Amino acid sequence: MTNDLLRVRDLKVSFATDGGVAKVLDNVNLTIGRGQIVGLVGESGCGKTTLARSILGVLPKNSARLESGTIEFDGTDLLKVDPNILAANVRGRRISFIPQDPFSSFNPVFTIGAQIMDLMKWKSPELDDSDAARSGWLPRFHGSRRRKADYERVLKLLRLVQLPDPESVLKKFPHEVSGGQRQRLMIAMALLPEPKLIIADEPTTALDVTIQAQILKLLRKLATDHDISVLFTTHDLGTAWEICDSITVMYAGQEMEAASSEGFFKRPSHPYTNRLLKSLPSRDGGISGIPGDIPGLVNPPPGCRFHPRCEYATEVCQQTRPEVTPVGVGHAVRCYHPVAEEKRHALA
Amino acid sequence: MNVDAPSAPRRTQVNERTILDVRQLTKHFAVRNAFGFQKGVLRALDDVSFTVDKGEILGIVGESGCGKSTLGKTIMGIHQPTSGDLIFEGNDIAGQTPSAARETRRHLQYSYQDPGASLDPRWKIRRSLHEPLVIHHGSLGYDEREERVRAILQAVGLPAGHLDLYPHEISGGQQRRVGLARILTLQPSLVVLDEPTSGLDVSVQATILNLLLDLRKQFDLTYLFISHDLSVVRMICNRIAVMYLGKVVEFGEIEAVFETPRHPYTRSLLSAIPEIGGARVTDTFTLEGEPPNPGNLPSGCRFRNRCPMVQPRCAEIEPELRADWPGQEAACHFAA
Repeated sequence: MTNDLLRVRDLKVSFATDGGVAKVLDNVNLTIGRGQIVGLVGESGCGKTTLARSILGVLPKNSARLESGTIEFDGTDLLKVDPNILAANVRGRRISFIPQDPFSSFNPVFTIGAQIMDLMKWKSPELDDSDAARSGWLPRFHGSRRRKADYERVLKLLRLVQLPDPESVLKKFPHEVSGGQRQRLMIAMALLPEPKLIIADEPTTALDVTIQAQILKLLRKLATDHDISVLFTTHDLGTAWEICDSITVMYAGQEMEAASSEGFFKRPSHPYTNRLLKSLPSRDGGISGIPGDIPGLVNPPPGCRFHPRCEYATEVCQQTRPEVTPVGVGHAVRCYHPVAEEKRHALA
Repeated sequence: MNVDAPSAPRRTQVNERTILDVRQLTKHFAVRNAFGFQKGVLRALDDVSFTVDKGEILGIVGESGCGKSTLGKTIMGIHQPTSGDLIFEGNDIAGQTPSAARETRRHLQYSYQDPGASLDPRWKIRRSLHEPLVIHHGSLGYDEREERVRAILQAVGLPAGHLDLYPHEISGGQQRRVGLARILTLQPSLVVLDEPTSGLDVSVQATILNLLLDLRKQFDLTYLFISHDLSVVRMICNRIAVMYLGKVVEFGEIEAVFETPRHPYTRSLLSAIPEIGGARVTDTFTLEGEPPNPGNLPSGCRFRNRCPMVQPRCAEIEPELRADWPGQEAACHFAA
């Protein structure tokens, strides 16, 4: 038994598209320790959501293909487990999900209370694993006593996520509550099954800064109090700094750098992460983007996928993808030419 | 020194550099029930006054629903103001006739939040870029238009080959460049930029911001920069107006507002921005609650329900902007 809750190793996922096979994840590694908040940072189209969905096992069936790799969760390879067991006992119970968009994630024609109580028919922590697996896709209809316990649990959690007047919120329809409150409800729903890992897919992107600060504060507190690990995908490095214990940066389907939050912002070592940090608006007005465009994934550049835009690229970068190279304690980069100390764009 | 009558205190001085003078601009929307009867008023803009100087970038910030886009659209004439004046280059443009408004629009342009959605998906980029010239400069022939379009396209950093592409064939950053090119073909003097970088990745955002700064120099532009991203505003703007529920609560030089915010709302807003290397917002942020419904505002100061320094007086009297600090004004009874 190691200290890591989740270990993704050499995961390769491709999608069939009209233009050919898109290699969306190319031998990606990711590690999440117990009780850790791990930030998965990258620009749009870099594969963060695909990675999150692979862990949840909800990739689109007819276009996605898992080519190779392992997703080890709590000592078991999720890719080898019977999908029915996975659906009954892991997805939504051990691993739960907070979506990006709290606006479209509720059914508009049912009250919030009905939707949350509905969830408890399948994913209540009162159910044990064999129960859930036996009932399959059928809901577990259970006695009024258990139902009452579930209701109490829901109310307790709504208080925990600091929703004012939880009993009346449960009677409301989704359009009657604000975006920030809906995101709080989503967090409460993710916490209900008492999961070990929460996958939060850009949970604050749709929110205003003041609400974002409140939600981040809440998420951090809950994760610490309940000893839950969080995989937090974001494109905003500022948010990652706020909440994450460690950070993995992805670019075009490859992970580029993984480090503790401190180490990452103090000693960014990959040329891409340095360019990314230089793209952030700064007080002195100096700002530079990254020249060129994100490559297409059907015919990605061979070797390191960043090499066409990289100022340090040499011949070897075009041919083979660099191995994971440690550059410090708990700090690894996939690069032949890590940025030297004096040239780093450190922000912390 | 007040220019107008005492009942209409001027908060900013009009001088020869003023290009746009917004005076007590008010926009109310009627809230109607299913039968069309008015059941209330949504005060999207309430008594907003400020001036924009030629060549500056004025940032307008605030959370969603605070009226920043309504302000931009009312200035553009997309919404008719309920009351108030808009003096643009010396002429009152509030409540103009459509033909006069078209004339104004040559000099005053609006860049939409999502240029991908504002480009016709069935038109090639060329046709989209020709269109404003066809409308406003009907006398120009095709070749003259094409020449202008190509020059502008080069200025926004796109290859001429892109003229033959459709909007879906280019990336989000390039769509924004096309959106800017479309506006610049008319050689405007003031451009209202509505969230010009929202939804872009940071590396693309950086190139668009640099492009905006270049274009301002090259075409002698003035920007009204509507954004909710305060770190971008700090980098690019000269002055800033902070809005909360249809009111400007703080106005001033960018450095003054960011270094010494006077209004408690501005303070909370600034403290909510994640700052890499600084104190973590999750440890320091204290503002509770969410903005109230703009259709049902509290009496007195609109921020009082969330304000950490609220006092009984705040519920009775609505604070006005006070110009008590050099280069900075705030609408709070107790700001010091």
